[in-house]
Amino acid sequence: MSRLARRLVLLGPGLGWWLVFLALPLMVVLAYSFFRRGTYGGVVFDFTLDNYVRALDPLYLGVLGFSLRIAVITTAVALLIGYPAAYFIATRPRRWRTPLLVLIILPFWTSFLIRTYAWMVLLNREGLINRPLLALGIIDEPLPLLYNEFAIVIGLVYGYLPLMILPLYAAIERLNPELREAATNLGARPIKVFFTVTVPLTLTGIAAGCIFVFVPSLGNFIVPDLLGGGRSIMVGNLIQSQFLKARDWPFGATLALALITLMMVLLVVQARIINRDRPVSADAG
Amino acid sequence: MRARLLDPGRWLGAHLGLVLLFLYLPIAVLIVLSFNESGLPTAWTGFSTRWYESVVVNEKILGAAAITIVIAAVSTLIATAIGTLLALGLERLTNNALLDGLVFVPGIIPDIVLAIALLSFYNLVFTGLLGLKLGLWSVIVAHVVFNITFVTAIVRTRLRHFDISIEEASLDLGANEVTTFRKITLPVILPGVIAAALVAFTLSVDEFVVAFFTAGTTITFPIQVYSMIRFGVTPEINAIATVVVVVSFVLVLASQRLNPEQV
Repeated sequence: MSRLARRLVLLGPGLGWWLVFLALPLMVVLAYSFFRRGTYGGVVFDFTLDNYVRALDPLYLGVLGFSLRIAVITTAVALLIGYPAAYFIATRPRRWRTPLLVLIILPFWTSFLIRTYAWMVLLNREGLINRPLLALGIIDEPLPLLYNEFAIVIGLVYGYLPLMILPLYAAIERLNPELREAATNLGARPIKVFFTVTVPLTLTGIAAGCIFVFVPSLGNFIVPDLLGGGRSIMVGNLIQSQFLKARDWPFGATLALALITLMMVLLVVQARIINRDRPVSADAG
Repeated sequence: MRARLLDPGRWLGAHLGLVLLFLYLPIAVLIVLSFNESGLPTAWTGFSTRWYESVVVNEKILGAAAITIVIAAVSTLIATAIGTLLALGLERLTNNALLDGLVFVPGIIPDIVLAIALLSFYNLVFTGLLGLKLGLWSVIVAHVVFNITFVTAIVRTRLRHFDISIEEASLDLGANEVTTFRKITLPVILPGVIAAALVAFTLSVDEFVVAFFTAGTTITFPIQVYSMIRFGVTPEINAIATVVVVVSFVLVLASQRLNPEQV
């Protein structure tokens, strides 16, 4: 078989599938963003920039701002929780690492919908957090835990924490322990060793983990829908309601493009961090 | 005592314990509640399997489950075949960092974006030009899009330890490439391929957002579960959740055992 034929057989089906069912659909979304909504829904093929002007309305910028804020908080919380956990796993004896990692990742592979629902049960006014507190007399009124920003952040951290821990683990595990020992032997205190040696050398893992949590949080639809009270509060809900309720596909397409653009920018930033980091981590390897 | 308190290893160990509690407690609560006689999260009135009994006679739920199993089985077959070929191609024929990165895009693109992009595309091409109605096929096609990424990534972990000289020996001895693939390559990577298929199947069974947009009037299992959660929670949900969690855990643990390098 010639090299070209081999390429066609092996790479062709996958790249072809993505070309037809991912690249082309995204082109359709791009095209729709320049058209108008018909009176009864549908798309009227008249060129217009109205959707972009409308997306800059403070109402929608507010939704985008709130989504960014939630995604930033979620990512920060996941990093703070995830880093020490990943560090601990990476410094265990080899035979413990895989079982611990499997325990961390296992919940991630089960239904996101059901994992989010579990928090509805826990955070409810009469849920399993409020009831014991009420019964013990610690609080007089049920805490408003559900249908707010707090609930959304908990749901997202819960959903995506494994995606933070995995790349952090990979980066920390690759780190040469002698570098830390050298810094310690030269008199650096543990805190200083951590911030001047460990963190800079695991920047690749930090960047990857942050992207893996930030991207799906930003566009999430299920968590704000179920734990946030179901209004159009995050950009994912707004896109959903434009497509399925308001039937304004061109505007929904414009919002989806805004989301994709934001994420592309982040991916470029991440690639830069990784490239800058490469020579250093190669030495450490 | 003081030294123990200051030992960072202890604090980190305790922290990991809390993280695992955070990850598993909500799931454990659902499992316990599924056996609660009253069906309420507020009071334990005794052990009962009545909610499971009412699930197994609920035709809506069973119908949706059957639809989802068909979608997952077909999309897994397609994605596993395509993903395995792609993994071989990427590992053997290319050395392109950009392509390696692009392969992850369909897996990490937000589900809502994939969902509306496919809905727009289906509507324009298949419904508009060909007059096809959305249904099983449109969800299957959509699930293949993201599952190729996961299959490719898992099969590649297996290929990295593949001794290519056994393929060369087979070719030198006169077997053609198809025979070599069937008799040499496939048997060696098979555990990885099955592991990938198990993960793809789990992802498809649990997938909600993309199906919600591309299923037309078809009701898949996650869509059924969503409407039960969203419009009046019934105690049956806990029983359903328990079954879903247990099935997913079993499939993923089996996958991990077959191909331990994939974590």
